[in-house]
Amino acid sequence: MSAPVTRAEVEDLLYREAALLDEWKLEEWLTMLTPDASYHVPPNDHPEGDPKTTLFILADDIVRIRERIKRLMSPECHAEYPHSRTRRLISNVRIVGTDGDLVNVAANFICYRYRRYERIREYVGSYRYVLKREGAGLLIKERRVIIDAHELGSLGSVSFIL
Amino acid sequence: MARSYIVDDPVKQRFLLDREALVSQLVLAEEMTRIFSKCWIYVGHSSELKKSNEFVTRKVAGRPVIFVRDGRGDIRCFFNTCRHRGAMVCTEPAGTRRSFKCVYHGWTYRNDGVLAGVPGSEAYRGEFDKKDLGLRSPARFEQYRDFWFLNLSADAPSLRDYLGRATDYIDLIIDQSPSATMEIVAGAQEYDVGANWKLMVENSVDDYHLPSTHSTWLNYMANSGVKIERPKEGMVLPTHGLAVDLGNGHFTTDNVNFRGRPVAAWIPIYGEEAKPEMEAIRSELVARLGPERAKRVCDTNRNLVIFPNLVLNDGSSVTVRTFFPDGAGKMHVTAWALGPVEESQAARARRLDAFLTFYGPGGFATPDDVEALELVQQGLANWQDDRWTEMSRGMGREGEQLNSDEHHLRIFWRKWSQMMEVA
Repeated sequence: MSAPVTRAEVEDLLYREAALLDEWKLEEWLTMLTPDASYHVPPNDHPEGDPKTTLFILADDIVRIRERIKRLMSPECHAEYPHSRTRRLISNVRIVGTDGDLVNVAANFICYRYRRYERIREYVGSYRYVLKREGAGLLIKERRVIIDAHELGSLGSVSFIL
Repeated sequence: MARSYIVDDPVKQRFLLDREALVSQLVLAEEMTRIFSKCWIYVGHSSELKKSNEFVTRKVAGRPVIFVRDGRGDIRCFFNTCRHRGAMVCTEPAGTRRSFKCVYHGWTYRNDGVLAGVPGSEAYRGEFDKKDLGLRSPARFEQYRDFWFLNLSADAPSLRDYLGRATDYIDLIIDQSPSATMEIVAGAQEYDVGANWKLMVENSVDDYHLPSTHSTWLNYMANSGVKIERPKEGMVLPTHGLAVDLGNGHFTTDNVNFRGRPVAAWIPIYGEEAKPEMEAIRSELVARLGPERAKRVCDTNRNLVIFPNLVLNDGSSVTVRTFFPDGAGKMHVTAWALGPVEESQAARARRLDAFLTFYGPGGFATPDDVEALELVQQGLANWQDDRWTEMSRGMGREGEQLNSDEHHLRIFWRKWSQMMEVA
């Protein structure tokens, strides 16, 4: 029987993830995911939708997450070359449920994105995670990013890992 | 407009575009009058209004409109503005309503547009008559096979005549459905691009850019087991593709598929388990349409532009994409996925997943298109010092026109120019 998950432990994980993403250490970020992890950004008008029946902005399984990282680390990924500078602030972290070795987590975020000659883009929303207890640590099994804006609009694209 | 923005010289085989056309607010103002107020402009699809009293609101050519199925089941379009003082009478993006009530003074309209209630109406005398004050509709509002368009000019040709030969390519998409009924899937992608709207028209059919703009997508396909041939000598693309002039400013690409098509051209990304169903879908298409047309449905990609601003991409999935200018250097894009109403849950899931391999603001290709268009717009700040855009590629080519040339881009610009120059 593993120890109960604490908010401090979850916060440590989210802060580490935020640092890796902001620093573009995407290969290292991959090691935080389970081998069956998913990364979803639902459409702004159906934040609770299912990607099997709803057109998402992005719905990756682990295979496509790996492919996405290959793409993002290539200088031929024009939308992210040079890389955006991002800075994400995470707060209101809550453990909203547990189920065996799975933990449901919600958090709020602001992610600022900067590119040369471009306006600042502020992505605001909530993260929904399913974390999985693995030995002494936690891995990310599901990661859903819900953007509060009514439409992507001036945010443009989600060409980086939000 | 007093002058032309294109140099179209068949003798020298040069086609040049004055970059002012992509940066000027005056040109944009003229476009709103001469193009967006004269052409048939896409509003929405019947499937967005499945039941009576359902509505959606959106902006079309800068006008807030209500797209609604009234209590009798008829689809209508109204300007979303109160006849009293002008406030929008509906603020919800979508829903079900029998009437729309203006929050300002409480004037209430039935969803067939009739003005039903005016608080304190006894204070109006003289010629005031509620019958004259229903919600206003665009001058014309017509559909082709569930695609609804408005026209702000009463003297426009019928939508059917306007679409002309483009209908064959719309039909090819609808042929995916055994009941000839397609539907818009839930979930809209709405995003801005910091570029002139006409650059999106070009980009939607310009296959010349594929190898350089989308090399990471091609790598993703190759990594996923898609066989991508090296282009033949003198070509830039792995398969043969055409640019087809459809008249009235409409045009399409028509390409031999290599990238997989969720309708019925399997690639490993779809998974082994998808094979039997996709073979069954193909068999049904062959039986219903005959082998030749079924092959077009299954094994060709087509990016179709309905002049001026509707794009139907039948490629990695089917997308309905429309865009409107918001200033000379910015546009709002809305994109939806389209699929047959009767397709299985597995086929629908495949269609939507395939969409995301390429299209949209989180796709493996569209963000790089957006980047390319925004780089164009940023570069165009030099327009006064570097005035002419080069668009001569493939000019003078005899016979079949290639998707990787600029023949179809020239079709757009010639039509645009013709409409802008009308006295």
